[in-house]
Amino acid sequence: MVLQPSRTGLALETAAAWVLAVLWILPLFYAFWTAFHPTEFATRFQLLAPLSLQNFRNAWDAAPFSRYFFNTTVLVAMILGVQLVLCTLAAYAFARYTFWGRDVMFILVLVQLMIKPEVLLVENYRTMSALGILDTLPAIGLPYMASAFGIFLLRQTFKTIPSELEDAARVEGANALQILLKVYVPLAKPVYLAFALVSVSFHWNNFLWPLVVTNSVHSRPLTVGLQVFSSVDQGIDWSIITAATIMTTAPLLIAFLLFQRQFVQSFMRAGIR
Amino acid sequence: MSAHHSRRFIANVHGWLLLLPAAVLLVLFTHYPVIATFLRSFFSTPKGARGSVFVGLDNYRQMIEDPIFWQALTNNAFFAVGTIPISIGLALLMAIWVNGRIAGKSWLRLAYFTPTVLPMIAVANIWLFFYTPQYGLFEQILSAFGVPSHNFLGSKDTVLACLIVVAIWKEAGFFMIFYLAALQQMSPNLAEAAAIEGASRWTFFRRVTLPLLMPTTLFVLVNAIINSFRLVDYVVVMTRGGPDNASSLLLYYIYEVGFKFWDSAYAAALTMVLLLLLALLAVGQFLFMDRKVHYR
Repeated sequence: MVLQPSRTGLALETAAAWVLAVLWILPLFYAFWTAFHPTEFATRFQLLAPLSLQNFRNAWDAAPFSRYFFNTTVLVAMILGVQLVLCTLAAYAFARYTFWGRDVMFILVLVQLMIKPEVLLVENYRTMSALGILDTLPAIGLPYMASAFGIFLLRQTFKTIPSELEDAARVEGANALQILLKVYVPLAKPVYLAFALVSVSFHWNNFLWPLVVTNSVHSRPLTVGLQVFSSVDQGIDWSIITAATIMTTAPLLIAFLLFQRQFVQSFMRAGIR
Repeated sequence: MSAHHSRRFIANVHGWLLLLPAAVLLVLFTHYPVIATFLRSFFSTPKGARGSVFVGLDNYRQMIEDPIFWQALTNNAFFAVGTIPISIGLALLMAIWVNGRIAGKSWLRLAYFTPTVLPMIAVANIWLFFYTPQYGLFEQILSAFGVPSHNFLGSKDTVLACLIVVAIWKEAGFFMIFYLAALQQMSPNLAEAAAIEGASRWTFFRRVTLPLLMPTTLFVLVNAIINSFRLVDYVVVMTRGGPDNASSLLLYYIYEVGFKFWDSAYAAALTMVLLLLLALLAVGQFLFMDRKVHYR
């Protein structure tokens, strides 16, 4: 780059960028401070305040968090698994087949990019009730499993793969399914990773729809469990609530810190298309 | 001829078979509910032994006379106007900084992006604590300066602004990513050419960078608007729409009507408003967005 700010300009910008960054991270720092210190230090900052894990112990014992963790893990894995299969098949159809009604169907798929499932929560609740699966993990996952975003993303990717590769595989006697699995899927690996990260972080964090369809410990994901815990079980012991909040977020946050580059690149890859 | 026909027939069958599983779920949980919501908005909510009957436009009439509906709609508009321009502006600034030559930019990126990864409900819990009267963070800071105590979330005047701050904090880093992706695809030749021409950095930004980022801005804008109608987790956790509906947003009101008052017919009419707004947004996007950029 040739076009650069002057030295004072750069210094000013650097300072501004760092002030913003500190502002941005401060709430989290504060949450960690509260969670890792005894209650009396919740709002008192003393460098030598004793560290403690007691808040985490108390939170863990006060609500069935292990069950919530289990539910969320199963939920996220189930949604991602089904999404990958359904979106791959649909994207392949859109990218490589000419069939009657294809363009209309594609527009109908894109409708979901505008009208996300939570907007339709009242009607979808009825459907789940009619299917007799209220308060189960599949009920939380079903509206999201045919992801328009995933179909769109994979279709764009499949379209960039040269059809000569497919022709070569066909000459060697591969059938349509084999071609999909041996040619298309391997070449789209980075896009699959991107989609997986976006999907996992979305569904780990999703709240409103799970809140509506669940009403027992057996199906509640972490987010809803956390909400029930902090609004009912606790008075206003912020130290424990903050500890619970950090605890439920930790797996995703740790994964993010470890694979920061992949996360950011995945979100970028998903955003460009 | 017949071989050609049968090949086309097979392609049709294969195409549809591949699409079918996804199509079934999409129809069941996106298209059918839209139609069902539309139809249900003309019927009454079944109560006890009385079933659902056709009531024409009664639900819509009720809606027009419902001050809470108008309040939620206005709140939503204020929330969108308060959140979107600032978070998009900050996102652009963040992206330019992270993409530039500033020291420690990977740390900056980490700081900006981290709130995006957190669940909204966790974010809401943390901020709820900040806003708490008497011993929340803001109270402590303000009381140190001798400012009298103020219940930020308990006051009609400040509650929506509090939610807006949280939403900006959560979303700016997310939108930054889209700008960052666009900036990284820009050719460095442009900057070199501008430097040879003797353009200032600001001129370059205004005349070259900003116009080139226009498709990204529109894309981000559309998503930001959708989000402002869709993300009401904060409201559930922090205010429950209160005080006195001052922080109720449209989807939150739908949730209340549907699952607290169990008035599914009225909720359907309210949902139609939300769907109409989203449809208008889709039309607007179709008209204004250069479709070649995003939908090849």
